[in-house]
Amino acid sequence: MKPRDTPLRAVHERLGATMTEFAGWLMPLRYGSETAEHHAVRNDAALFDLSHMGEIAVTGPGAGAALDYAVCGWPSALAVGRAGYTMLCAPDGGVLDDLIIYRQSADDFLVVANAANTAVVLAELRERCGGTEVTDLSTTVGLISIQGPNAPGRLSPITVLMPPADDLAGMRYYSGAYGTVAGRQAWVARTGYTGEDGFEIFCAVSDCEPVWDALAGTGAVAGAGAGTGAGAGLAAAGLSVRDTLRLEAGMPLYGSELGPDITPYEAGLGRVVRLDKPGDFVGRAALAERAAAGPRRTLVGLVMKSRRVPRHGYPVVLGAVTDVVGSVVVGSVVVGTVTSGGPSPSVGAPIAMAYVAADAATGPLSIDVRGRAEPASVTELPFYDRRKRR
Amino acid sequence: MSIPAELRYTAEHEWVAIAGETATIGITDYAAQALGDVVYVSLPTVGTTVTAGDPCGEVESYKSVSELYCPVDGEVTEVNEELDDDPGLINAEPYGLGWMFRVRLTSGGADTPGLLSPTEYEELSKSTG
Repeated sequence: MKPRDTPLRAVHERLGATMTEFAGWLMPLRYGSETAEHHAVRNDAALFDLSHMGEIAVTGPGAGAALDYAVCGWPSALAVGRAGYTMLCAPDGGVLDDLIIYRQSADDFLVVANAANTAVVLAELRERCGGTEVTDLSTTVGLISIQGPNAPGRLSPITVLMPPADDLAGMRYYSGAYGTVAGRQAWVARTGYTGEDGFEIFCAVSDCEPVWDALAGTGAVAGAGAGTGAGAGLAAAGLSVRDTLRLEAGMPLYGSELGPDITPYEAGLGRVVRLDKPGDFVGRAALAERAAAGPRRTLVGLVMKSRRVPRHGYPVVLGAVTDVVGSVVVGSVVVGTVTSGGPSPSVGAPIAMAYVAADAATGPLSIDVRGRAEPASVTELPFYDRRKRR
Repeated sequence: MSIPAELRYTAEHEWVAIAGETATIGITDYAAQALGDVVYVSLPTVGTTVTAGDPCGEVESYKSVSELYCPVDGEVTEVNEELDDDPGLINAEPYGLGWMFRVRLTSGGADTPGLLSPTEYEELSKSTG
């Protein structure tokens, strides 16, 4: 099946992006140097096209209560203009998707789903949210994200928020407001997936290109060298560094840290399961049981002591194994599996997240990198925390 | 995409520069672009005997790892130690400062089976690209 184009396909071509197929969409993987794109987000700001994400509106007088039953969070407790990170669970407590839900007005909620799971989320919400209107906006709404410490300064001059929202600088993290960006109607939210300050701009598909161009500014160039100096163009960043940025921030990725055979507790996200909310919700009984039992495996952060890069699926072995014969790791006991791994420009060494048996989580641990055990340090997540940096 | 006329190539997107008994080896511009930023390269140890077609190192990028194959028979005489500090040289100058290792040829040389002319390599990279 031919992958779908985002509304910004022409922009990516103009910037010379390397494109890749992801969740049925043709997406920019990188524009130039990944390291430059990564540092642009950490030190300045950069633009992401996230139009592949699924947007679903749940509306009607009972929308809040209906969502309380559908997801494991507590959407009806969100104030208007606030956002919540939550999960759609199966009756057995497994995760079907992780979501951000924005309360846009008393009876209007915007649910943002992963591209690969949008159809599942839509079907489940339609089944679970009886009496409300569940509308798939994914083909009419695009999503542009601006992430980085300079995001507020870049976005503010071309943004007008509707009352009662304050100005952009005053917007709280995990909040959103209606307004205009470059004169185009948008829902602007202070959310992201990079561990930096930043905003996500939901706008009509036909408005994506003018909004992107206004943000990029004149002389927009890809990757290296962009975004330096007054009036310089803003860098664009692709899916490749979206992954290294969220990995450094210790944020889970569906299909890696989250999936139908993983509970939120194992992912270290027990706090998103609101067993304290009133009423039943899908997965409550199973999740309550899991909460009481404690996780059998736990998500750990690993910083490599060598430069070989751990990748998704590599085995985690017990001990700082150095006893290697040929290409065989000798005497190693497999205690877990890498869920995400990659180079980390901010840490300066390769990093990984891995599920390991709960009794092995304190280490010492090594990763079997294609037959050779590479020692790693167990570290607390996240690997990178902007609040500790500044 | 640049394919210098004076080099030989392999189907694994490596280049070979043969001067007398010495072959210098690296990866092509096409390969460097396809990989994205190289973050680490592991190279054969100086003094190792290498055989054409055998794996002799690996190239790590953001999203993937690729095996490096030795394109000729011989003995490794030198590796590019600059790459240890700055693997980005492979992306910046794949045919220059991004060279990877040198081999003293023991047989074959430019006639080693599997080596491609620039024209043949261009055809190959077009069909895979």
